[in-house]
Amino acid sequence: MTSAMTSAMAGAVPVLEVEELAVTFTRRGEASTRAVDGVSFAVAPGETIGLVGESGCGKSVTSLAVMGLLPRRGVEVSGSVRLDGEELLGASDRTLRKLRGADMAMVFQDPLSSLNPTVTIGTQVTEVLYEHRHMAKKDAVAEATDLLDRVGIPDPARRLGEYPHQLSGGMRQRALIAMALACSPRLLIADEPTTALDVTIQAQILELLRELVLGSGTALVMITHDLGVVAGLCDRVHVMYAGKIIETADRHDLFARPRQPYTGGLLASVPRLDAGRGTPLTPIRGSARDAIPWAEGCAFAPRCDNAEDDCLTEVSGSTVPLEYDGPGRELRCRHPLQYPPAAAGATASGVPR
Amino acid sequence: MTASLGDRRRERIDALAARAGALPEGDGGVSLVKSAFRRLRRNPVFLIGAVIVVVFLLVALFAPWLAPRDPYAQSLLSEVRQGSIPGSREGYPLGVDQLGRDLFSRLIYGSRQSLLIGVVSTVLGAVAGMMLGVLAGAFGGLVDTLVMRFVDIILSVPGLLMAISISVLLGQNQVSLMIAIAVTQIPLFARLLRGSMLVQRDRDYAVAAQALGVRRRNVVLGHVLPNSLSPVIVQATLSLATAIIEAAALSFLGLGDPDISRPEWGAMLASAQSVLSVRAELAIYPALCIIVVALGFTLVGESLREALDPKFRR
Amino acid sequence: MLRFIVRRLLQLIPILLGLSILLFAWLRALPGGPAVAALGERATPAKIAEYNRVFGLDEPLWTQYLRFLGRALRLDFGTSQTTGRAVTDEFFTRFPGTVELTVFAMVFAIGIGIPLGYLAARKHGSWIDSTSVIGSLLGVTIPVFFLAYLFRLLFAVQLGWLPGSGRQDVRMEATHVTNFYVLDGLLTREWDAAWDALQHLILPGIALGTIPLAIIVRITRASVLDVVNEDYVRTAQAKGLANDTVRRRHILRNALLPVSTTIGLQTGLLLSGAVLTETVFAFGGVGSTLREAISTRDYALLQGFILILAVVYVLVNLLVDVSYGLLDPRVRVK
Repeated sequence: MTSAMTSAMAGAVPVLEVEELAVTFTRRGEASTRAVDGVSFAVAPGETIGLVGESGCGKSVTSLAVMGLLPRRGVEVSGSVRLDGEELLGASDRTLRKLRGADMAMVFQDPLSSLNPTVTIGTQVTEVLYEHRHMAKKDAVAEATDLLDRVGIPDPARRLGEYPHQLSGGMRQRALIAMALACSPRLLIADEPTTALDVTIQAQILELLRELVLGSGTALVMITHDLGVVAGLCDRVHVMYAGKIIETADRHDLFARPRQPYTGGLLASVPRLDAGRGTPLTPIRGSARDAIPWAEGCAFAPRCDNAEDDCLTEVSGSTVPLEYDGPGRELRCRHPLQYPPAAAGATASGVPR
Repeated sequence: MTASLGDRRRERIDALAARAGALPEGDGGVSLVKSAFRRLRRNPVFLIGAVIVVVFLLVALFAPWLAPRDPYAQSLLSEVRQGSIPGSREGYPLGVDQLGRDLFSRLIYGSRQSLLIGVVSTVLGAVAGMMLGVLAGAFGGLVDTLVMRFVDIILSVPGLLMAISISVLLGQNQVSLMIAIAVTQIPLFARLLRGSMLVQRDRDYAVAAQALGVRRRNVVLGHVLPNSLSPVIVQATLSLATAIIEAAALSFLGLGDPDISRPEWGAMLASAQSVLSVRAELAIYPALCIIVVALGFTLVGESLREALDPKFRR
Repeated sequence: MLRFIVRRLLQLIPILLGLSILLFAWLRALPGGPAVAALGERATPAKIAEYNRVFGLDEPLWTQYLRFLGRALRLDFGTSQTTGRAVTDEFFTRFPGTVELTVFAMVFAIGIGIPLGYLAARKHGSWIDSTSVIGSLLGVTIPVFFLAYLFRLLFAVQLGWLPGSGRQDVRMEATHVTNFYVLDGLLTREWDAAWDALQHLILPGIALGTIPLAIIVRITRASVLDVVNEDYVRTAQAKGLANDTVRRRHILRNALLPVSTTIGLQTGLLLSGAVLTETVFAFGGVGSTLREAISTRDYALLQGFILILAVVYVLVNLLVDVSYGLLDPRVRVK
């Protein structure tokens, strides 16, 4: 049951399949830390999935591991990452370089620091075109202008000659997206693409990403801690905690009936308009630093309101398993949130245990 | 047998808290200076530098007791000939110089002069530079412009030329040598302190203190200045090395101590050049002393910088 | 860009004015005053009085200063007491040698320093790294003139591989057009003269280049270490660019910004003060001339040289600022 969710893929061959991905950091003189611990998911063409969790839960490391961008020294990666069926872990530098930017691309969190300050936007866009599409200079410039236009940058021809600091935050992120899309990648990973932006700009960028994915059949992996982003964009959501996926569900299911107490807590931490004025927010206690190793039980148990004795004991040498939890849902929890059948949302397709 | 879940959970969190508390962190209630020193104590670079500096300071302090002979006595002059200078022998561990004086004793006494020149000129330069820097940093506006223009003027003359001009002006003696080196250090300290004060002045805590009605003078003296000092301290340590090397250079140019019989590494090095092909050791030993001391101060300075600079804090 | 340069040039005016006041005061404060400075220390009282009258030294200070400034602007610093030549002429026959030496030293320092610093950073923690860190620490602590003497003793005196003094073999009888001896040799097609002049540059050039070398290695290393961890380098890698493109366009271009400043500052320093090295190698450039002027108390020459060198230094620094603006678009716009 630990393999990817075949039910969700309904016929489509996944673009990206990640299986049992584990990333361990070892530093000289320190105990090694397992940042990603047996993560599996898959993305189909045109599908958007969300990797959600607090900072430090391993979502960014997962994305870097998929792209092969983790430093080689002091990092150990195991499991399997397949792009269109081709295994990426252990692939040569050359192979990865050919895939990166062409078949899989990435958009980063901070658009200012992610752009080279001393090189023009034009060069930073065209260098991808030269590298992967071997374009002539004239064609590359024309294509770059077109790309900037497509991501909604006004007066693109002039922008090509400008430097990152001359653009606004939103424009920079658009430029980064243009670079990522230059070769129409099959897979796009967006690592908190809106976190560093103003709220109004956030919405624009998300809308842009949605249009681009819908239009091209690109598979999109959205990494975020922001449930609003998830609600607006993702088809399926994987909630991560302490390096593991703890709950997987379709967007509607997840919002209507979160099962993992952690997911429930995340949702309860967001202020709701319909909650009535007197209702207090219910934050999750503690911080992600209070996690315990999965080998000793459920990492979330120290912060969990539902936790009971057996949450802190490992069962027959394995950690709390990720199990089938109704159609399209998986759950890693021994004492999940329960819902009376009548209260189930309109979209409910599974019946709580 | 089984403890209740609540207890076990509390236990876990306590253990976690203990683990987190064991990490050396600035925000864990440990003061910055304390945590800086904790880092320094474990830094081998700092330890090596500190040992070098301390050893040489002790040597300078106890020179009369450590030196086996009188550094001025030309006891083996009769054996110095054209093309031959006696080397190491009983009672003269490193041999004698071209005037028949015990080299080892001269090196030991030389540490006094070299360290004295280094320390005095650095302190002079640092104090003068810091006064200018505080003036500029605290008042800003016109005062700032005037002070910084003045500093720019000093800075527009390359250091060695500046030192030469001042030495020539003040005459050939030790005090003018120290002043000359001190003046070349002024711009650095002034700019450093001003720059770091400007950064600190805009920090939230300073703005907050001012917003709470603390008088400006007290904000500057009580909050801004103390927090701006660490780059200055680092620079002072590094400047000690520069000052010692520069003093040697000025001695070499004939602008040092007019009393050439007084042992001083720079002067010894300079005067040994004429007999370099006869006995290179006469130049090599004082040079080594200069290099090692300068290295010691540099190592201490660099590791201080690393410990105090937030950029290096991980 | 032009406005930036003009503004920086305007900022120079107060600095140079201040400098001229300083040097004017310096000359007045010298033991004996400007008359002694001009006539030498053995001048008779009658001659000094005569000089003071002729040059208006009995007039108010500010008229004197204005006159001094006027002469300085015409590059007239009087005549050297030791050679009897105009100080300005003396400077411009000496300066080309210093320039050649500086260029050689900086080419040496840059050519080795940048690759070494880059390598040390990329192999962070390896033996190459620690060796270059230790080496660069030693480089700044070794007294230059000591190193120069060692080189001369070893390679010129004992091994005889390279010439150890002067700018050219005196038996060379080379034609001199520009006083840049290497250049002269090339211009007049006297290849052996150019080669000989170049050989004379090697030992002093390397000795002079050690400090810039040490500093360049350090700055390059630190800067590359910083830049490698920047987000935009990761972006470049995520784009699947060739390693070479990432290295040149995204790492080096940014990492070399602070290095370029250092190179500029060091060049300015070498141009103005190779006093020590030039003295050891009796090189006959500006530096060794200054050294002679110190020992002969040739004040007119000292004053003139120091003022001109300070102007050169300030201009080189301006050039550094401007080129930094060219390299870093963020500065250019401000």
